[in-house]
Amino acid sequence: MPRRYVIDRVVKYVLLLNALISILIVMLIFFFTWREAGDAIGQVGIDTMLLGTIWRPQLEQYGIVPMIMGSVLSTFGAVVLGVPVALLGAIFLAEVAPNAVRELVRPAVELLAGIPSVIYGLFGIVVLVPLVRRIPVPRNNGFSLLAASIVLAVMILPTITNIAEDAIRAVPREYKEGSLALGTTRWQTIVGVIIPAARSGIVAAIILGIGRALGETMAMIMVIGNAIMVPEPLTSNPLTLFLHPARTLTGNIAVEIAYATGVHESALFATGVVLFIFIMVVNSAAHVLVRGRPR
Amino acid sequence: MNAIHAGTSSQSAQDARSAARLSDNLARRHLVERAAFGVVWAAGMVAVLALAVVVGYVLLQGASQVNWEFLTTPPRGGIEAEGGMSTTFMGTLYLVLLCIVLAAPLGVGAAIYLIEYAEQAQAGGRWLSRLVGVARFGVETLAGVPSIIFGLFGYALFVTLLELGFSLLSAGLAGACLILPVIIRTTEEALLAVPLSYREGSLALGATQWQTVSGVVVPAALPGIVTGIVLSIGRVVSETAVFFVTFGGSANMPKSLLSPGRTMALHVYYLAMETRAFAKAMGTGAVLVVATIIINASVSFLSRRVMGRLRGVG
Repeated sequence: MPRRYVIDRVVKYVLLLNALISILIVMLIFFFTWREAGDAIGQVGIDTMLLGTIWRPQLEQYGIVPMIMGSVLSTFGAVVLGVPVALLGAIFLAEVAPNAVRELVRPAVELLAGIPSVIYGLFGIVVLVPLVRRIPVPRNNGFSLLAASIVLAVMILPTITNIAEDAIRAVPREYKEGSLALGTTRWQTIVGVIIPAARSGIVAAIILGIGRALGETMAMIMVIGNAIMVPEPLTSNPLTLFLHPARTLTGNIAVEIAYATGVHESALFATGVVLFIFIMVVNSAAHVLVRGRPR
Repeated sequence: MNAIHAGTSSQSAQDARSAARLSDNLARRHLVERAAFGVVWAAGMVAVLALAVVVGYVLLQGASQVNWEFLTTPPRGGIEAEGGMSTTFMGTLYLVLLCIVLAAPLGVGAAIYLIEYAEQAQAGGRWLSRLVGVARFGVETLAGVPSIIFGLFGYALFVTLLELGFSLLSAGLAGACLILPVIIRTTEEALLAVPLSYREGSLALGATQWQTVSGVVVPAALPGIVTGIVLSIGRVVSETAVFFVTFGGSANMPKSLLSPGRTMALHVYYLAMETRAFAKAMGTGAVLVVATIIINASVSFLSRRVMGRLRGVG
C-alpha cells in the first residue's frame, strides 16, 4: 500500500481521538467534582445541604439555601431588567433599524459581549454601588442584589439580543410579506406574525441568557456583598428585598476555595455540583427548544 | 347591486363615514406603530449607551494612570498598589500563548474530524456513528459549562492531584479546556463554508482524503480558523474565575511553567477587592478594555474578509 494511504488511515484515527477530547474533559469534570463533593455529601447529607439555611464552615454547617437564593434572585432581577431591553433591541436590529444605524449598533452589542466581567464588576463597585446606596432605606449599603441584577442585566443583554435577532431573521420572508399584503402596519406584522414565528428561538435566547447569568462569578463577588444570609426585605416594602446583600453559588466557590480544606473544601465542590446541575437543566432546555424549531 | 351603490345620497354619506372610520383606524394603527417604534429605537440605543457609559468611564478614569512607566514597571504592591502592571501584561501574554498552543491543535483536529470524516464514520457502522454522536454531545456540553466549574476542575486535577500547584501550567491547562469548544465550533463553521466542489476537485485529481483536507480544505478555511483563535484569545484575556482558582495571583513575573502569576483581569480584581486601589484598577482596566477592543475589531475584520473571500470565489 502506498505510503500516503497509510498516512491517510492513521490521520483519520488521530483526528477521531481529537474529536473525543471534549467528551473526555466533560467526563473528567463530572468525575472530579462528584468525587470531591462526595465527602461533604456523605458527612453532611445531601438534604441537610440543600435545605440548610446556615452556611458556617467553622461550625461545620453547610446549608446552601442562601447561595441558591442569591443566584436565583440576582438572575431573576437581571431577567426583569434585561430581557425586555434585549428583545426590543433584537427587534430593532432585525426589523426596524436603518442599515447605517444597524452597522453602528451591532458592533456595540458585540463589544458589550466581549468586555471582561471584571470591568463590569469594577464599574459596578465604583459607580453603581454608590448610586444604589443613595436609595434612602435603613441598612442599605449599596452592595446588594439590585446592583448585581443591574450588572447581570447588561452582561446578558448581548447574549439574548444576538440569538433573538438570529431567530427573528430566520423567519421566512413570505410570512412578513403575506402579512403586509393584508394591509397591516409593520408593527402589527412584527407583533402578530414575526415574533410568534420566532417564538422558540426567542425563548431559547432568554434561557441561554439565564444560563450566562447563573454562571457569572467575579462581577457578582464584586457588587453583591457576599453576605451568607437568606435575603429578606429591609423594610415592610417587599421590593427592598433587592437592597439586601447576598452571595451566589459561583461566588461561594470562588471566595472560599483558596483557604478551604477537608469537608469545607468538599462542600464547595458540592456547591459546584448544584450549580452545574442548575445550568445543565437550563442549557438542555434551550437546546431542546432550538432543535424543536420547525424549519 | 350597482344601482343601489350608485343610489341615494344617504348611501354615499355612509360610504364617506366608513372611509373616515377606516382612515381613523389606519391613523390609529400608524400612531401605535410610531409609539412602538419609538420604544424599540430607545431599546437599541440603551445597548449603545450602556457600552458607551461603561467603556467611556473606565477609559476616562484609567487614562490618567496609563503612561509608559505604568506599562513597563512591575506592581510593587502596598496599600496604594504602587508601580505599574508590566508583569500582569506578560502573565496574560504567556497564558494566552499556552492556552492556544494546547487547545488550537486539538480543537482544529476535532473540528476537522466532525466535519470532514464524521459522515463516512456514520455510514461505517453503528459503533463508530455512536462515537461521533458522543463526541458532538461532548462539545455541546463543554460549551455550556460555567467557567467557575472549569476552575474547580482545574483546581482539583491540575493544582492538587497532579501537584502542579498554582501555576502558569495549571491555569493554561484549565484555560485550554475553557476555549476548546470555542475553537471547535468556529473551525467547524469555517470548514462548512468551504464549497464541496473544492473537495471534489481535489479528490478527482487522485488525492487522498487527508491530502485533500490538509492541502485544499484547511487552507481555504484558514481565515475562519484564525478568527476562532483570535476569539478564544479574547476569551482568555477577559476570563477571571478560572484563573482566580488556578493561577495563584502572584504579582511577580512568571519565570517558568510552574511559577504562579496573574493576568490583567485578575490584577483589576485584586486591586479593586483587596487593596481598594481603584485608581490603579481603572488604569489596568483601561488597558484591558483597549486590548478587548483590538481583539474584537480584529475578529470582525477577519470575519468580514472571510465573507468577502467566499463570496468572491463562491
